[in-house]
Amino acid sequence: MSRKLDDALERLASAASFDALEGAVTSLRDTFEVEHVVYHAVRSTGERWGAVTYDPGWVQTYIDENFQAIDPVVLNCFRRFTPADWKTLDWSPRAARTLLAEGIAHGIGNQGLSLPIRGPNGQFAVFTLNDRARDDEWAAFAREAFDDLLLVAHYVNERALALDGTQNAPHQMLSPRETDALTLLAAGRSRAQAAEHLRISENTLRVYIESARFKLGALNTVHAVANAMSRGLICV
Amino acid sequence: MIRYLYGTDLDRHPDLAAAMFRDRAAQFRDRMGWAVTVDAMGWETDDYDGMDPIYVIVEDAAGGHAASMRFLPTTGPTMLADVFPHLMGGAPIRSPLVWECTRFCLSPGAGAGAARRLLLGAVELGLAMGVTHSVGVFDAPMTRIYRRLGWSPEVLGTQDGISAGLWTLSRRTHDMLCSTAGVEARTSRAWLEASFGEILAQAPLSVRG
Repeated sequence: MSRKLDDALERLASAASFDALEGAVTSLRDTFEVEHVVYHAVRSTGERWGAVTYDPGWVQTYIDENFQAIDPVVLNCFRRFTPADWKTLDWSPRAARTLLAEGIAHGIGNQGLSLPIRGPNGQFAVFTLNDRARDDEWAAFAREAFDDLLLVAHYVNERALALDGTQNAPHQMLSPRETDALTLLAAGRSRAQAAEHLRISENTLRVYIESARFKLGALNTVHAVANAMSRGLICV
Repeated sequence: MIRYLYGTDLDRHPDLAAAMFRDRAAQFRDRMGWAVTVDAMGWETDDYDGMDPIYVIVEDAAGGHAASMRFLPTTGPTMLADVFPHLMGGAPIRSPLVWECTRFCLSPGAGAGAARRLLLGAVELGLAMGVTHSVGVFDAPMTRIYRRLGWSPEVLGTQDGISAGLWTLSRRTHDMLCSTAGVEARTSRAWLEASFGEILAQAPLSVRG
């Protein structure tokens, strides 16, 4: 999966418009080898945006019937920040069971894993993988895909935030330590040398680099260094 | 046992929640002298309690509050970002792999055993959610307590006696805490699954390096 994951992340990274991002999210279906992928975000302005592989007829029905008001996935996820297997949600209300039955009739899989994300300033999003599978197959898949799901879902959300036109927003600012760490790596120092220079442990250095990578919307450390240089955040 | 509850789940455990917020008043206002807000019921709460954090709560033998702390993801609003940004040069760590922990609280009668269980709960939760580190703000008296528990943070920044610290949530810490807290790994995992179900990262069995 890792090669496919790299390709998917590259596509997400190069998405320069919401249309391109939508296309990149749609193609994550093949990356995870599942029936459906859904990314649904609520901006801090309250505006909604999403990318979804469900049948358009089902999306229209969902909107027309205002299913989000009773959808256990929405009700559970939009407040939280831990992944939820759909099976663990409360489907006992009749409206929820109707929703599930109608969804399945429209080609939605019986299994789902949704990861809610909290962004800056009250922004939030939910990233979902959906498939048709037996319970044991799904449990094995979910454990296997967990780390990649965490990475990809947050990456998609950061790309969406960046496309919102908030370049150099406070949540993207690097701390002095993060800037130092990238500067030393850009100058060719090893992690051990960089940590020694900054008088911190390699463990802490790794956290600074990971935080900088995330804030810069970079795929990896090399990409983060290049990105920081091109933005003039570090100079070597 | 150790409970893992979102803020919105607390109303299903009203006595436990009330005891936690009162014990927080006793610790942060009465013992540590912080300028915290305590309401007419004697509850210490702040804005971050309103953001539906996850509380890790250790119960005593009678099911009462023994120890607790609260977690928020650093991708969203945190105390470190909003209240103490100067401790990290104005731009705190943001990462899906790092959660903020705040309001580390021990009930007045709780001993080191409760504190160790609390830390075990924090590591258990983090490892299952793919979280590798935790950041938080603490002041000087806590340094000694953390050291005694074998849970010393790496200090990231200090000003006016208040520090930002980084804790590593590792398999090694998990195993050490299981042993010192006298809780079997299987039991600890079962307490977590009681709250979050079984679909979680395989950690602590396989932790990323």
